[in-house]
Amino acid sequence: MRKSDVPQDIGPKDVEEIAYALDESGRYVKVQSIGWMPKNVANEQAWEVIEGELDEQLRLIRAGKRSPLAYHMTKNLMTVGLLASYMNLPRWRIKRHLKPGPFGKLPVDILQRYADLFEIPVSRLKETPPADSGHYEE
Amino acid sequence: MKVPFSHSQSAHCETGVLSNLLSHHGLAISESMVFGIGSGLFFGYFPFIRLNGLPLTAFRSSTGGIIKRVTKRLGVEMAWQKFRSPDKAMAALDDKLAEGMPVGCRTGAFWLSYFPRRYRFHFNMHNLVVFGKEGDDYLISDPVFPEPVVCPADSLKKARFAKGPLPPRGRMYGVTRVPETPDFPAAIAKGVKEVGRTMLKAPGPFLGVKGIRYLAKKVEAYPKKLGERKAALYLGQVIRMQEEIGTGGAGFRFIYAAFLQETAEMLGDDRFQELSRRMTEVGDRWRDFAVMGGRICKGRDEDGEGYKEMAGILRDCAERETQLFKDLMAVPLVK
Repeated sequence: MRKSDVPQDIGPKDVEEIAYALDESGRYVKVQSIGWMPKNVANEQAWEVIEGELDEQLRLIRAGKRSPLAYHMTKNLMTVGLLASYMNLPRWRIKRHLKPGPFGKLPVDILQRYADLFEIPVSRLKETPPADSGHYEE
Repeated sequence: MKVPFSHSQSAHCETGVLSNLLSHHGLAISESMVFGIGSGLFFGYFPFIRLNGLPLTAFRSSTGGIIKRVTKRLGVEMAWQKFRSPDKAMAALDDKLAEGMPVGCRTGAFWLSYFPRRYRFHFNMHNLVVFGKEGDDYLISDPVFPEPVVCPADSLKKARFAKGPLPPRGRMYGVTRVPETPDFPAAIAKGVKEVGRTMLKAPGPFLGVKGIRYLAKKVEAYPKKLGERKAALYLGQVIRMQEEIGTGGAGFRFIYAAFLQETAEMLGDDRFQELSRRMTEVGDRWRDFAVMGGRICKGRDEDGEGYKEMAGILRDCAERETQLFKDLMAVPLVK
């Protein structure tokens, strides 16, 4: 790849990355790149899948089939297994907390641990997340 | 407190951290030289390991390995520590900084607050150098970023104790001794030999050039086997692994080409220059693969572009890499 071929495709990109490319005299140099179409496409695709899952979790929460914990778990890209190891709890307990009934009866200290992990206040953890107006906007 | 540390942006975290750390301790070495001596180049397709529910493709050797191999091959002494208690791990980091030592840390990517959202996946093999502390914030040389960054203590602590596969467990490391006259030719010879061996001779169908051919076969079958939508997701995953997670396939080929070029100059041997040129061509082919893949995922593929053609590019890459590594192995390196 020549220096002039280093892609500069604008995407949802906050950081300029380094690419190795050949300069005019055929020597390798480090060049900054703001983004590249295939990477941008693949990334958008990955986030679309996650947002789709979040919409699905919201639907289940509204239908009373899941607790709000399910939303925050998905939002933080966690599986039951990963959340269990962060909480230092067995998986079956996490699975129980994903149901609205048992979640409603959780003691404050457990709720606080979840809230600290997700870096949100306990009140946010307990409420049904608002409609899908961009899951990651603060 | 702040240790004077010169930050140089790099293409990949592990090689960047080691290059910056060694240079700090007086052993000037480029990122590409670290990559070459550490046998960083690799290919592996692991259909049985799933990441976000999709098969894993790897274009470089497992993380952590590069640092271990380079320090061993150049005779650098490195002190490693890991911890049970996050508080002790942070206190130990502060002690090192107080001694005036920059400290390498392995962390997860998800909790680092200075990461943009798109980097924040649960990936536990990130490397960075902590070189100072101001109040409750740490000064960090993260080689993937253009400039040094600031990270709150809470965020760094969480990142050092990220959970999931291959947890970092607060691992930190520092250079304790660098050799006065490191034997570069011998280290290069070892690095080259190991890459050649894994790329050409690794057992099983998933590794090295055989792995590339195996992936070609899979990619060819994606649309029939998975249907249009899922096929695009699988292909997107290959491209993301190739180009996003640690600079990926084409990127690593170019770093390796830069290493071969540097070797040619260091050893005064033009054969490496020629091999570097060919490695660059392979990298360009991997780029072709990503570009075509990106268009297919977007549904904007042009005439003569499809999964079959994608597989064709992969087979071409495999063929070129086979020849290249055979020729590379044939160059007598150590007299």
